[in-house]
Amino acid sequence: MTKAITVSGLHKAFGATHALDGLDLDVERGEVHGFLGPNGAGKSTTIRVLLGLLRADSGAAQVLGRDPWSDAVEVHRRIAYVPGDVTLWRNLSGGEVIDLYGRLRGGLDQRRRAELIERFELDPTKKGRTYSKGNRQKVALVAAFASDVDLLILDEPTSGLDPLMEEVFQRCVTEERDRGRTVLLSSHILSEVEELCDRVSIIRKGRTVESGSLADLRHLTRTSVTAELAGPPNGLAHLPGVHDLDVQGRRVRLQVDTDKLDAVLRQLSESGVRSLTSTPPTLEELFLRHYQDELDEVSR
Amino acid sequence: MTALATAAPRGSRQLAGTGTLLRFALRRDRVMIPVWIAVNALMVLSMPNTLKGLYGTAAERADLVRQMETNASFRALIGPVFDTSIGALTAWRVGVFAAALAAVTSLLVVVRHTRDEEESGRQELVASGMVGRRASLTAALLAAAVANTVLALLVTAGLAGQGGSGALSFGLGLAGAGMVFATMAAIVAQLTESARLARGLTAAVLGAAFVLRAAGDSATDDGSSVLTWLSPLGWVENQRSFAGERWWVLLLFAAATAVQGVLAYALAGRRDVGMSFLPTRPGPAAGRLGTAAALAWRLQRGGVLGWSIGFFVAGIVYGGLTDGAADLVRDNDSAREIFQRMGGRSGLTDAFLASMVGMLGLIAALYVVASVLRLYGEESSGRAEPLLANAVGRLRWAAGHLAIAFGGSVWIMFLAGLGFAVGYGRQIGPILGACLVQVPAIWVIGGIAVLLYGVLPRGATAAWGVAGAVLLLGWVGPALNVPQPVLDISPFGHLPKLPGAEMAWGPVAVLTVIAVALVTAGLAGLRRRDMTT
Repeated sequence: MTKAITVSGLHKAFGATHALDGLDLDVERGEVHGFLGPNGAGKSTTIRVLLGLLRADSGAAQVLGRDPWSDAVEVHRRIAYVPGDVTLWRNLSGGEVIDLYGRLRGGLDQRRRAELIERFELDPTKKGRTYSKGNRQKVALVAAFASDVDLLILDEPTSGLDPLMEEVFQRCVTEERDRGRTVLLSSHILSEVEELCDRVSIIRKGRTVESGSLADLRHLTRTSVTAELAGPPNGLAHLPGVHDLDVQGRRVRLQVDTDKLDAVLRQLSESGVRSLTSTPPTLEELFLRHYQDELDEVSR
Repeated sequence: MTALATAAPRGSRQLAGTGTLLRFALRRDRVMIPVWIAVNALMVLSMPNTLKGLYGTAAERADLVRQMETNASFRALIGPVFDTSIGALTAWRVGVFAAALAAVTSLLVVVRHTRDEEESGRQELVASGMVGRRASLTAALLAAAVANTVLALLVTAGLAGQGGSGALSFGLGLAGAGMVFATMAAIVAQLTESARLARGLTAAVLGAAFVLRAAGDSATDDGSSVLTWLSPLGWVENQRSFAGERWWVLLLFAAATAVQGVLAYALAGRRDVGMSFLPTRPGPAAGRLGTAAALAWRLQRGGVLGWSIGFFVAGIVYGGLTDGAADLVRDNDSAREIFQRMGGRSGLTDAFLASMVGMLGLIAALYVVASVLRLYGEESSGRAEPLLANAVGRLRWAAGHLAIAFGGSVWIMFLAGLGFAVGYGRQIGPILGACLVQVPAIWVIGGIAVLLYGVLPRGATAAWGVAGAVLLLGWVGPALNVPQPVLDISPFGHLPKLPGAEMAWGPVAVLTVIAVALVTAGLAGLRRRDMTT
């Protein structure tokens, strides 16, 4: 079976701005794939190319085994899309929009529709202009989750949702995966991605800088270690892969490249370990590391 | 109790920030207000010359006044004449229309800076600043006041040659009518939740004012009917500018503006930001819409209904005027010549019919542009993007709207023809044909709109400029002796002047082919380009 999404070497320029600069992306069938990057990194541009709304300048993209530009309608039959900022027609009710979207896709599961409206606490009789931002978002989410499709493309879908609804959303995504559907989740809420995603791709300035499972990515990054030792520590500073070493008497704090963890532990145990905590890097640290130089630039 | 007392609005801080908001409003309207005022002032200030050309001698003018006294249908349309001077005839000919135009400008400005701001949510951000509770409404009314003052100044200065006090009276009357509808819009904006409805309701009040005045003026020939006095548009004619001005009529404008203004402030003080006195009714929990075409119809059907009623009624009105108009024009050489330039050199009745049908055709160009540009509105608002992410091809999506735009042009011209049949009662077939023969030219304008939208989406609104230019050429071109090659730029200039003239299939076929080519090119552009966001 083909992959859900394959993108390689995608380029797209708007005038002088290079929104996409050789972007790669692979999404396997049945996985929840996190698509990470700060504002302006090119997430939404990539998604618009995948939806056939923009034509790439160069590079290849396939969605569900088809060309998203020339086979747009066929591709869209199996896709549900939720934008980050949903605009509705002022005089159509939410229920009408949900049904319209469902019919314009592969169809709508009425039981699931009713259940989702209940869970998201959405009033489907209100007119478009009277919904708050969060409620407009819910209209699009209910339409997406109730549609009979293979691939959900969600572009920062939870902006405006409260924490309770965020919880409902996360459960819905998990259910979608359990039903064998593929989800591309663009987000900058890292806890959400950490919770839901099997694999992530991190992009920056229109390029993919990291891609893989969270475990893979963690392997490439640093673990924080804090230890209380029996005797004075020695030799740690000369070990390869050790960073930010901080020794206060017998108390040691350091960062270590995860693949060099072994050597550090051996060195520590030579001094006798009283207590030890080791924390794997959070996605946030991972993410920040890729953007550290940008942050430095900002703070300078 | 103390809580209530402190909640009551008081103190000058209610108006904090008004100056800033007014400057901001005028800056946002720096194109819209000048254009509306310029069009209005041009219409008024060009009239003395036109009238001199048509009714150069005092005898001709006296003739005209005599005929007005006996022609109730024309009085209903334009109003009664009070004197034979060029100034009085100018006030008669354009008074009602200029006042209505000032009213439309004012209501658009006021709704734009009040309900529009609240509906979009921008008002929340503004109100969170150092802005008093009454500042937004005050700034909107002041912006309308600035527009109306400039109009009054232009009209007074431009007509001063016809008599200083008449010019001042007329200028103040137009501004007064503008302010009556500015404050009316301010009231309606408190009642409705949507700006579109606020504009529509205020425009309906304006329409009612026109109908009241028309009914009153058809009953009496000196504007003395109660119905005329009930209408602010009737006050403008009853000022009798250039014919022994009745200055006290201006007090009516001032009183109505003051009373409505107070009411608007009272209503505004009794509601929350973003709320309204007429809340939106809930809609169905489930929908039957299932295709992009059905959605397009749902979005456009209200507009199509409005245009249908308008064209049918216009057909009845012009049909009813036809006999009287032919009599009126028969005795005046230059008026006859203008009608013949617009309507062809056959019988005078046919020429009048042809020029009225042609005018409706020009107005239908506005319909087709508005309808085609719905596509642009859907795209620029971000609603098209998720819609096109469904199994809906761009062409299919566009086709729904274009079918309404191009099919609707045929439909409203057909209804205008039916209206003529009701109002005039003869020549039903030829007049229907004359209405339908306008369609290819309307389609060319629609085709230009499609091409602009498909190829240059950011410039799509330039289609309004095209329609406006064509309207101007067709409307005032013949009266201003614009040379034929210039008139020929407009597709409407090539149509056979039916009924009366020979049917010419050649230009009709050529225009149809051009329209099809324009639409095809526009759709090809749409298919190839990026969707804008």
